[in-house]
Amino acid sequence: MKIQLTVNGQSHALDCEPRTLLADLLRETLGLTGTHVGCDTSQCGCCTVHLDGEPVKSCTVLAAQADGSRITTIEGLAGGETLHPVQEAFAACHGLQCGFCTPGMIMASVDLLKRHPEPTDDQIREGLAGNLCRCTGYVNIVEAVRVASRQMAAAGSKA
Amino acid sequence: MHAFEYIRARSVAEASAALQADPDARPLSGGMTLLPTMKMRLAAPSCLIDIARLPDLQGISLQADRLRIGAAVRHAQVAADPQVARALPALAALAAGIGDPQVRSRGTLGGSVANNDPAADYPAAVLGLDGIVHTNQRDIAAADFFQGLFSTALASAELITAVSFRIPVRAAYAKFAQAASGYALTGVLLAEYADGWRVAVTGAGPGVFQWQTAQALLRSNSASPDFHQAAIDEASLNTDLHAPPAYRAQLMRVMAAQAFASLSRPS
Repeated sequence: MKIQLTVNGQSHALDCEPRTLLADLLRETLGLTGTHVGCDTSQCGCCTVHLDGEPVKSCTVLAAQADGSRITTIEGLAGGETLHPVQEAFAACHGLQCGFCTPGMIMASVDLLKRHPEPTDDQIREGLAGNLCRCTGYVNIVEAVRVASRQMAAAGSKA
Repeated sequence: MHAFEYIRARSVAEASAALQADPDARPLSGGMTLLPTMKMRLAAPSCLIDIARLPDLQGISLQADRLRIGAAVRHAQVAADPQVARALPALAALAAGIGDPQVRSRGTLGGSVANNDPAADYPAAVLGLDGIVHTNQRDIAAADFFQGLFSTALASAELITAVSFRIPVRAAYAKFAQAASGYALTGVLLAEYADGWRVAVTGAGPGVFQWQTAQALLRSNSASPDFHQAAIDEASLNTDLHAPPAYRAQLMRVMAAQAFASLSRPS
């Protein structure tokens, strides 16, 4: 079937099967392998992307359901060579160990900072409840979100 | 996932006709249960009829003493909607606690209610808030709608279009979430109306049910009910690897007490 998606600002006319998952389309058809597939069972959140501005697990969305939508993946966050403040904060705080969950963690963090620009620790942990880090590196991940929140407030930027 | 056809319906009538024509077709809303089930090959519909964007299934409105929410309204929308926050803050809080943020961006009220998972949160709200399930064919009272473990009164080509909740004097929902899934190991919704209390329990039994003993307790002492003295027939409760019936019975008492302590009124 034919679908149309705008991915990271670029429009694509695509052909896929009805059963094609959005995650597979992004990775295999568009080559955007920054979106990781960790569990394929909606648990881990590694495949989180923004669909019309909302965080979704792209392994549990059919590409067909997204027809006509606007998608942002981890590749679309930075402005050219300038990393998004959440990306900067994850690097500065070492908010990762193996790095596999990081794209999903960052996409979920950007969403939680949009809803709660100055989150409490509980709001950070609740906002990341759909993302698992198998290295259990949560302490620095939570710290990275705190730091990103402060830096975005200081810079007056929005998630 | 097995191959299937995909149709994006343009109207409720078209979706219903497509379901009528093919007994193996299934309606698709947010897909938060159906798609994982298909990926595990526990379901293999011939065709998915996508109803998520149908205009007739959207919207939140106050109608006399009821709050009506369209079937395709997503949990995140209910959680963030100012009208829900004013008229039924307990429902906004319940929606904000379903699954995780990504599930709440996709999962819908109608999908959750039609699935009738015995541990889902929304069925407790529909039964506890004297809900009416509106379909393309009729209106169904909550007590008639839920028929135990994943079973409902819905006919094969019948689609939920909206659910309306009766605005209570005050209400609250408390759940003990299963740590990995977020599903209610046990959840209790309390609602006070001018004509009495309603108490609905999810997660503890094979389907959502009204807890008569707690309703009687609240009738006799609505100032400081002691849920810990409530007798519960444990034989009617679920057992699984997470908790035996006695544990769920105790959770019913504790969640009822927590909900009572956090009752909120419309503002």
